[in-house]
Amino acid sequence: MVISLGRTLVALGIVGLLLLFEPSRAIAADGPVSAPPTASVEQALTQVASEDESIRQAAIRLLIEQGDAGLLPRLEAIRANASRSIRQAIKPLMDLLKNRAKLASPDSDVRRSAATDLGSSGNPSAIAWLDAAKVNESNKWVRYTIEESAALLRLASGDPSLKVAAAEKLGELRSGNAVPALKALVEAGAVAEATEQQKVLAKTADAAIDRIETWGDWANAIETIFRGISLSSILLIMSLGLAIVFGLMGVINMAHGELMMVGAYATFVTQQCFTAWFPPDVFDWYFPVALPVAFLAAAGSGFLLETTVIRFLYGRPLETMLATWGVSLVLMQAARVYFGDLTAVVAPGPLRGGAQVLVGVYLPYNRIFIIALSIVCVLGIYFALFKSNLGLRVRAVTQNRNMSACLGIPTRKVDSYTFAFGSGLAGIAGWALTMVGNVDPGLGQNYIVDAFMVVVTGGVGKLAGTIVASLGIGGLNKLIEPGLGAVYGKVLILVMVILFLQWRPSGLFAMKGRDAD
Amino acid sequence: MSDGTTDTNRSGGLGFAVVGAILLVVMPLLNLLPPEDSWFHLSDFSLNRFGKFLAFAILALGLDLIWGYTGILSLGQGVFFGLGAYCMGMHMMLTIGKESVYGSDMPDFMVWNQVKELPFFWKPFYSFPAAVIGALLVPMAFALVFGFFAFRSRIKGVYFAIITQALALAAWLVFNRNDTNLGGTNGLTDFKQVLGYRLSEPGTQRALYVITVLCLGASYLLCQWIIRSRAGRVLVAVRDSEKRVVFSGYTPANYKLFVFVVSAGLAGLAGLLYAPQVGIITPAQIGVLPSLEMVIWVAVGGRGSLAGAVIGAVSVNYGRSVLTNYFPELWPFMLGGLFVLVVLLFPDGMVGMIRKGKDLLTRRKAGEEKPIVPNQKVVVPEGKR
Amino acid sequence: MAEPSSFQNSIIYLDGVTVDYDGFKALNHLTFMVDYKELRVVIGPNGAGKTTLLDVICGKTKPAAGRVVFGQDKELTGKHADEIVKLGIGRKFQAPSIYGNLTVWENLDLSLKRSSKGVFPTLFGKSTAEERARIEENLETIGLKDYAHTRAGSLSHGQKQWLEIGMVILQDPSLLLVDEPVAGMTDKETEQTGQLLQSLAEKHAIIVIEHDMEFVRQIARIVTVLHEGTVICEGTVEKVQADARVREIYLGRQKVAH
Repeated sequence: MVISLGRTLVALGIVGLLLLFEPSRAIAADGPVSAPPTASVEQALTQVASEDESIRQAAIRLLIEQGDAGLLPRLEAIRANASRSIRQAIKPLMDLLKNRAKLASPDSDVRRSAATDLGSSGNPSAIAWLDAAKVNESNKWVRYTIEESAALLRLASGDPSLKVAAAEKLGELRSGNAVPALKALVEAGAVAEATEQQKVLAKTADAAIDRIETWGDWANAIETIFRGISLSSILLIMSLGLAIVFGLMGVINMAHGELMMVGAYATFVTQQCFTAWFPPDVFDWYFPVALPVAFLAAAGSGFLLETTVIRFLYGRPLETMLATWGVSLVLMQAARVYFGDLTAVVAPGPLRGGAQVLVGVYLPYNRIFIIALSIVCVLGIYFALFKSNLGLRVRAVTQNRNMSACLGIPTRKVDSYTFAFGSGLAGIAGWALTMVGNVDPGLGQNYIVDAFMVVVTGGVGKLAGTIVASLGIGGLNKLIEPGLGAVYGKVLILVMVILFLQWRPSGLFAMKGRDAD
Repeated sequence: MSDGTTDTNRSGGLGFAVVGAILLVVMPLLNLLPPEDSWFHLSDFSLNRFGKFLAFAILALGLDLIWGYTGILSLGQGVFFGLGAYCMGMHMMLTIGKESVYGSDMPDFMVWNQVKELPFFWKPFYSFPAAVIGALLVPMAFALVFGFFAFRSRIKGVYFAIITQALALAAWLVFNRNDTNLGGTNGLTDFKQVLGYRLSEPGTQRALYVITVLCLGASYLLCQWIIRSRAGRVLVAVRDSEKRVVFSGYTPANYKLFVFVVSAGLAGLAGLLYAPQVGIITPAQIGVLPSLEMVIWVAVGGRGSLAGAVIGAVSVNYGRSVLTNYFPELWPFMLGGLFVLVVLLFPDGMVGMIRKGKDLLTRRKAGEEKPIVPNQKVVVPEGKR
Repeated sequence: MAEPSSFQNSIIYLDGVTVDYDGFKALNHLTFMVDYKELRVVIGPNGAGKTTLLDVICGKTKPAAGRVVFGQDKELTGKHADEIVKLGIGRKFQAPSIYGNLTVWENLDLSLKRSSKGVFPTLFGKSTAEERARIEENLETIGLKDYAHTRAGSLSHGQKQWLEIGMVILQDPSLLLVDEPVAGMTDKETEQTGQLLQSLAEKHAIIVIEHDMEFVRQIARIVTVLHEGTVICEGTVEKVQADARVREIYLGRQKVAH
């Protein structure tokens, strides 16, 4: 446990560094030179369609050695007229040539998948192509795949010394794809009649597997952390509004989840408007436009909620809980009746897909986006509360309502605005959540109990408490989940929160002082 | 001079007797005697449904004790209810025997899930007395452990409400799992008999109804006794000023634990009576939402009044069963609206409204103006404390 | 006895107590003691640490350093409030703290000293005739005889203050902590309260925190002046009023006395 935690922390650092220092460069590599076909090639091209198996094979071998992708149209023509068995025979040849051609594609993803395909083709001729492509390859991950594929091909080749070097290389590359082949080599070396060479190879392969698997643990640790941080940031974004309203006004808003839902539906509606009224090429802009829409929709709903219900219940937190829960029921059912059960938002282009940061570690952009957003929100709230005039008033009202009123602060207005602001944050949370899940009436309910736990654990009135608690609860959740499953993980976290409150009854960062009771 | 107990004893006793007689004698007779097409006839279905409401009323009594009197909002009563109902349900599952769909001694869902041997915690439930005792003691024991830690660390107010809500969520998740061998999402159902009596027989259901009424009566008297004892006054005192209770030499945590355990036992009893009458218990009855709904029963009836709790449980559930029948889409609106309305406008519920009406009448009769009782609730945002 | 009491015959002894609220020292290395059957008045400007002093004695606030000894040998440091109450310390709070939804009688009945205040003895317990007589007597003392069955929440502010004093008396503590008992009282009520406290001092030790200098003069024998969490002067009212430092930081600034 301790070791894996330490490992996890180191991995976290590595990810951070790589995210900082990994400029993505993608420059098209030079393609294979297409020389005019020589006589032998011409001959092979006719022989390829031969009914004689051995002649055909020889021709194919020659064409592969030539590796000229320029012949593809002619092969295509031959294939179109050939019989079924010949078509089948030519297919691998054409695939190889196509993939070779693709190695020169300007799109790094295409280059990468071509390299992967060549690696699994098992054809040794491709080694030379891959080695050639590697020289000009500037994209780190394409180069990685090229090296991996070349090593895989060498591992499958006949030359024992090449095999040993390839096994070492694959270990060095931490290639997860190579594990089955390496394991086969280890088994081959373990049998009684194994040659000395096979034994040496088995030993190398074993060491390589060891390296790869150790790395696999690291990669897992990193991904666990990332999932933990990602969940934490979702919790954080949700809890921030909740914590502000609770900390500053003593109100537990059970409808907070539904205000999030309002934000999510506002995003959905914005998307629908864009599809209906705007040209498709500006579609991606719906997402930034939806941010203020979601904020205002949720803040407006919150403002309404405050003026019609909550203001009558100040100082009675339990009653507020119950009343706001009633409101949440109404909002949820309204959404169900109006929007139906399943609506989804399509992520804008830049947020689709993900980034590879390390071998075997792949971070989706939407999650990275949410993490970044949570940081932005925290900073925003910090400045709003502690560096602005309005924030000063809000804090003044929190500390001494009567004195603030005497000083001419409109306390009623401050209450409404604070609540509306907290609700607006819920709207932003809803906006962000559309990127990781469906938009449905139960959206708010999924995380709300966790968010309450964050607020309770964090303590009232301190931003830092909310941040640490959401990191702790989200992180623990993902740390426990692989071992215990999501359900028991949740139960365990509840138990831990209760035990934690034994030690700190008013949360992590409770206010101290004579008033604290 | 008396200890200062309220002088409503006599009228309360009379009311108790009248309501008891109606529930215990008149209702079953209306079911039994008049011909089915008579206007006075109470159908088997109605009587059975009413029995379910009365089981809920038992739970409401416990919730009123802890929330209405002691001021502790527990949003996890559904869990205790579920524990009671599952204990009874497990017993009834085991008595199905060879009548089950698969004809195995094991409950159907275990056969379906390919569980080869009855899990150890199912075994005691072959015995009926063990099931009944379990239905009461398991929730109480659970409340004792949970409450011990919660109250010891002085978790209170919204903190306690949230923690118990998390408990309800966690319990719901656990009961939904198949690997806990509690029937998963489908719960326990298809019960056939209790103590050899067929549950499909109207007579059995009638007997269950009568037992429920008796249990409700006994629970009512128990709660009343607690409230009228000095300990009951400590409970109210805890709600009014916990600080003063401490400085009067009491340990509030022990009183809270006591009332929490009693309320859990009553919820367990409610579950015990619910399972055979309704014939199914699923995790859907024990989650966050049902637990919150239980609170509104008490709120609507009138917190801080035992009669209110009973009236609230019966009327809200009656309303629910009528409305979900005719306007299923409207029910959540009604429920939510009811919550807001009661909290905002009628904090003392139906009983409070009746009382206010009565007060107005007597005052007018006596022709004297009593001083208006100042509102005790001091408006201080919780965040300041 | 114009000089502060010695450690040997004190009922409460605070030794170097420091209370730290996030960097603000509410009490700073405070040493303080009160004799048996002494009526001590503690004064000082706002924020001097008066209420914190009471909080520390009754276990509501845990000191960061120092110790509190009750009756020579009972260490209070680290004990919970309810344990400390059972040892014989009663407290009246600044804002009246009573049970608004119970009657006056019930308020007093709950406060009465009993052998056990556990859940089950309280659940089954019945009041004895002797206990009822004590409550009657107490009602007489605090002047609420006619209000025995009134809801305490509907009493006037002064009556609530007295009810709370009555509740504390019924606990029969050997040390009473009284925080601003006459705040919001009429002159007559104030005077009566003073007499009540003085008669109580015949049997109990009392620490009173007060702002009202008239009232202090009426009841005080020894006055302790707190400032910034430490004792700066202790002695008779005359001595304290003559003290230059006291005049400077308290009397002079607040102009309470002339």
